[in-house]
Amino acid sequence: MRALPTLARLAALALLAAFLMRPDWFEPVFRPLTENGAPAIYNQGSLLGLTLAHLGLVALATAGATALAVALAILVTRPFGAEFLPLSRALVNIGQTFPPVAVLALAVPAVGFGATPTLIALFLYGLLPIFENTLTGLTTLSPAVVEAAKGTGMTATQRLARVELPLAAPVILAGIRLSVVIGLATATIGSTVAAKTVGEVIIAGLLSNNLAFVLQGGLIVAVLAVLIYDGFTALGRVAGRWSGGTS
Amino acid sequence: MATPDRPRPSFDKLGLVIGIVAAAAAGAPFATFRANRIVPGEGRAIWEALPAGWATALLLVVAGAALVAMLRSPAPARLAAALAALATLALLIGTAAHHLTPPDNAYARVAPASGFWLLGFAFALLAADALTRLQLSATARIAALAAVAAAIWLLLALGAWDGLSLLKEYANRADRFWAEGARHLALALGSLAAAIVAGIPLGILCHRVSGLRDAVLNLLNMIQTIPSIALFGLLIAPLGWIAANLPGASVIGIRGIGAAPAALALFLYSLLPMVANTVVGLAQVPAAANDAARGMGMTARQRLTRIELPLALPVILAGIRIVLVQNIGLATIAALIGGGGFGVFVFQGLGQTAMDLVLLGAVPTVALAFAAAILLDAAVELTAAPGSRV
Repeated sequence: MRALPTLARLAALALLAAFLMRPDWFEPVFRPLTENGAPAIYNQGSLLGLTLAHLGLVALATAGATALAVALAILVTRPFGAEFLPLSRALVNIGQTFPPVAVLALAVPAVGFGATPTLIALFLYGLLPIFENTLTGLTTLSPAVVEAAKGTGMTATQRLARVELPLAAPVILAGIRLSVVIGLATATIGSTVAAKTVGEVIIAGLLSNNLAFVLQGGLIVAVLAVLIYDGFTALGRVAGRWSGGTS
Repeated sequence: MATPDRPRPSFDKLGLVIGIVAAAAAGAPFATFRANRIVPGEGRAIWEALPAGWATALLLVVAGAALVAMLRSPAPARLAAALAALATLALLIGTAAHHLTPPDNAYARVAPASGFWLLGFAFALLAADALTRLQLSATARIAALAAVAAAIWLLLALGAWDGLSLLKEYANRADRFWAEGARHLALALGSLAAAIVAGIPLGILCHRVSGLRDAVLNLLNMIQTIPSIALFGLLIAPLGWIAANLPGASVIGIRGIGAAPAALALFLYSLLPMVANTVVGLAQVPAAANDAARGMGMTARQRLTRIELPLALPVILAGIRIVLVQNIGLATIAALIGGGGFGVFVFQGLGQTAMDLVLLGAVPTVALAFAAAILLDAAVELTAAPGSRV
């Protein structure tokens, strides 16, 4: 039962790689979607380049968001920052009501067009799921484990690094996974503010009424999202087994 | 969370942050002046942007509220201080606009600048903190939302903000604003209604037929990974085909571009939270409740409508909250395929680099999403059985 999905994933990855390297091979597939002899394959830039730029933006924003969100979650779960806990929960709730397009549009007046507003929107949007999950992971640890760690004479820093964070790792990874998947989709909207992402292909398709462009742009992002989601799920299973073994 | 019983310092940590931000913001530009709507602006500090008397009053209110924030004062006092500071800011940014605009100049634009936004952020943070400490009931939160909405409406009705660039953009296209607003709400609420009508029965079916559950949820999960602009675009083709080939379809408004693909895309995105929350809500109905109902001789249908659905209601409502907030945000994308909504102003503004126009679309969208979240969070809490927090 497990072999087939793995095979399907490998096939999807191979297809995606082939499409990005040699898009012209797929020309016949997209040809029926075009009208009046319009190009079937995006021709205003390299699909591979746009995809890598897209992934780079998401990776950079997620790395930043992970660092800040995990640090903040650690801070508010220590005695020093405990009084910020209820407020930070409320802020996370409020933050999630901000629509991505609005965040993107509101960032433009502050930083101008290009990759920067997209990076800011992705970063802010990525913070929330990671913060929430890290908080859940750190606050739902079994008290017995924490007490046991205290009993062995570990300092607070040692407990955090060797017990609490490893145990919370699967939940934190799930937060990062969610934030990456949201980021991949949000980055496409970034091309409305002139960021170089796969969204450029989709927008070009919408503007020139070329369905082939819209479809190939959408497929690239969707396949990337599914593959990356799967990758994180597998990573989470490994982390879960590992932290399950140490506890 | 209970505060530990030990000697506490006499200052408040969050208050210190607020005090530092407020001190920095007081010196930053309060308003931006531009000779027309496209040129870059010049910042004006509080004492330049306001008549001397008002500038002093604003600085005093800010200093006083920051002091209340920094001391360990009771939550109601902190809330009052935050609200006083926010109300003063809201009133005086309008005064600054009148003060900075030369008489009889229709081209000059005055907008809030970084100092205003930082002060607003600092005291909104203080208000949020005070509200979390007060732990308002659901009805009190709805009342607070209504009060804030009424205050904003009053400021708008009295013309206090008429000199601001955002309101000047609005004045130039007031009819369009309300038309696009109505379209935006129709898109968000219409697709929500369709998702409720289709999603809840589908959720009930998935709850009953476990083989169906994974397949349906996996499919709906897949749809979520398609980026919104692509899904909106992709639906143009099938709907265009239906409009061309199905008699009567175009008469009821089904067209390849415009609102129809936007509404359908929002509907497809809405299905996952609706179905998933219905399944979760039904799954957590206690078996004892169902057994008791069966013992009373209720039929399956009676159990569903009188026991299972009422008990699952808070979780289903939480799904509706997710969908509504998400739809209000996503409906802005509809503008890219000619579907209308507030996104029209956002994308027009981005195209013309007229940021006031961007704000005219973005601010109401954020406000709507925010209000919807507060209302539905309160509804979830009100429907949850007493004692069982969701």
